[in-house]
Amino acid sequence: MTTASSSAASRPDPALFDYLLRLGDDSLILAQRLSEWCGHAPMIEVDLSMSNVALDLVGQAMLFLDYAGQVEGKGRDGDKLAFHRDALRFRNCLLVEQPNGDFGQTMARQYLFSTWQRLLFQGLVKSTDAQIAGIAAKALKEIEYHADWSAEWVVRLGDGTPESRERMINGFAWMWRFVDELFQVDEIDAAVAKAGIGPARDSLRSDFDAALKSTFEAATLPLTPLPAAVLGGRKGHHSEHLGHILAEMQHLPRSYPGAVW
Amino acid sequence: MYTTELQKQPSKPVAATEPQELIDAFEARVAADEFIEPKDWMPAAYRRTLVRQISQHAHSEIVGMLPEGNWIGRAPSLRRKAVLLAKVQDEGGHGLYLYAAAETLGTSREEMIEALHTGKAKYSTIFNYPTLTWADIGAIGWLVDGAAIMNQVPLQRTSYGPYARAMVRVCKEESFHQRQGYEIMMCMANGTPEQKEMAQDALDRWWWPSLMMFGPPDDESPNTAQSMRWRIKRDTNDELRQHFVDVTVPQAEFLGLKVPDPKLRFNEATGHYQFGEIDWAEFWNVVKGEGPVAKERMHDRVKAWDEGAWVRDAAAAHAAKQHSTRQAAE
Ligand SMILES: [Fe+2]
Ligand SMILES: [Fe+2]
Ligand SMILES: [Fe+2]
Repeated sequence: MTTASSSAASRPDPALFDYLLRLGDDSLILAQRLSEWCGHAPMIEVDLSMSNVALDLVGQAMLFLDYAGQVEGKGRDGDKLAFHRDALRFRNCLLVEQPNGDFGQTMARQYLFSTWQRLLFQGLVKSTDAQIAGIAAKALKEIEYHADWSAEWVVRLGDGTPESRERMINGFAWMWRFVDELFQVDEIDAAVAKAGIGPARDSLRSDFDAALKSTFEAATLPLTPLPAAVLGGRKGHHSEHLGHILAEMQHLPRSYPGAVW
Repeated sequence: MYTTELQKQPSKPVAATEPQELIDAFEARVAADEFIEPKDWMPAAYRRTLVRQISQHAHSEIVGMLPEGNWIGRAPSLRRKAVLLAKVQDEGGHGLYLYAAAETLGTSREEMIEALHTGKAKYSTIFNYPTLTWADIGAIGWLVDGAAIMNQVPLQRTSYGPYARAMVRVCKEESFHQRQGYEIMMCMANGTPEQKEMAQDALDRWWWPSLMMFGPPDDESPNTAQSMRWRIKRDTNDELRQHFVDVTVPQAEFLGLKVPDPKLRFNEATGHYQFGEIDWAEFWNVVKGEGPVAKERMHDRVKAWDEGAWVRDAAAAHAAKQHSTRQAAE
């Protein structure tokens, strides 16, 4: 840990900073979406599970964004980065900002994200950056649960009733166009992979496809070819939804600059 | 309170058909502070009262998720967001144990929820007030969880075993909530002028509804005596309310906030604070479902339940298919 942070302080690394924002923002924005369900879920048990997942994701966001602030070396902490950046500076994937829709749509988003995140973090625990490896080791246990829990719901809803099957199919139909972005490699990912900080994203694809195949079989759901990819989140070009998410999330700290809460 | 009797009518006397020796043995066990367990014989009126009280408590926890859930998306720091999420999640957990405790008395969760949604069952009046600023999240933790603790600590020794055990778990978490709420108030009361204004405004709005949480005055609580004999209530409404005022007023002073009661003063002779008259007309209106956001609360609960029906049906259908596949395999 000390080596990672001291090297971060001595040598600001823009690729690492951007990479940490990607990790932190994915978790933060999905947590923000999931917490919209709080108090409104189909049953109390599900309400508790969803807030549990949201809570884990907020925890991940805090760690990654605080570390991003250290790496940047300009005195920004996780809160500063979460509440005082605008949409163009957010680096999350488009998938996590998609609307909750019905519970089927929410589970489709969760399943795709957590299945991918599990594979990513299995790589991150081996990061050459000790701080990232430490955060990932803690988070991976949580993510395993998120991935299994959401897969169980995909199976339950896919296999359940004709209505739930149709809703599950529709939920995935909303999300498919955002899947390719998860595996897209740009110069940041290439630099990070080269330094052994994170796995090459494209290397996760075959395991992801295999996981999908087995879950969809169990859920008796059809897997169809993906539509054309929509990209842009990693460069700050988001869907129309993110601005609204940030407007809500950032309203208080931005309305009262300098206040401590 | 979450558990306050909100029924104005005295409850019906014990049905004459119950054998006197069973009643006597039951009363003796309760008087000896023994726990009554689900399989034990109990008077029908005891069972009815408990189902009403525990389910009302459960409903309060669940409806209570809404006013605070309203601020998770706008929590002003990542730490505050995590703490609030965890808090609201705890409240859902409390609802869950309490429904489970009530189910041991032979009423299903679905029946209880149905009673809530049709307005037959009540929930704490406090949740029919809106959360307008972030300071309200502080005020709810400080005052509402604070009042809940005062009511619930004695219930850890209540006569019905499953309820008492649920209360032990719940109380531990409620005192966390109270401290976290007070910490938010502290931060705001010592913050910028705008934050201080929000903190005072929150106290102004939540003070009286918090006192109302303890329920009608003792002389208008016809069932208190019987509930106390049954050990499902251990102190009267007015005793608990006085205790709350005595504990809370110095906490407000420490924050530098003013309790919105011109009649409030410390009585050296009694060692208690005297306080002004509660607006009981407002209280009974809120009980009747005419609180400022009662419509929103019930709308949200009913909508969540109705829109979740297909999910619950699917889960049941899938479980049934799994079950029959397993049976076929055997
Ligand atoms: Fe609670
Ligand atoms: Fe409670
Ligand atoms: Fe609480």
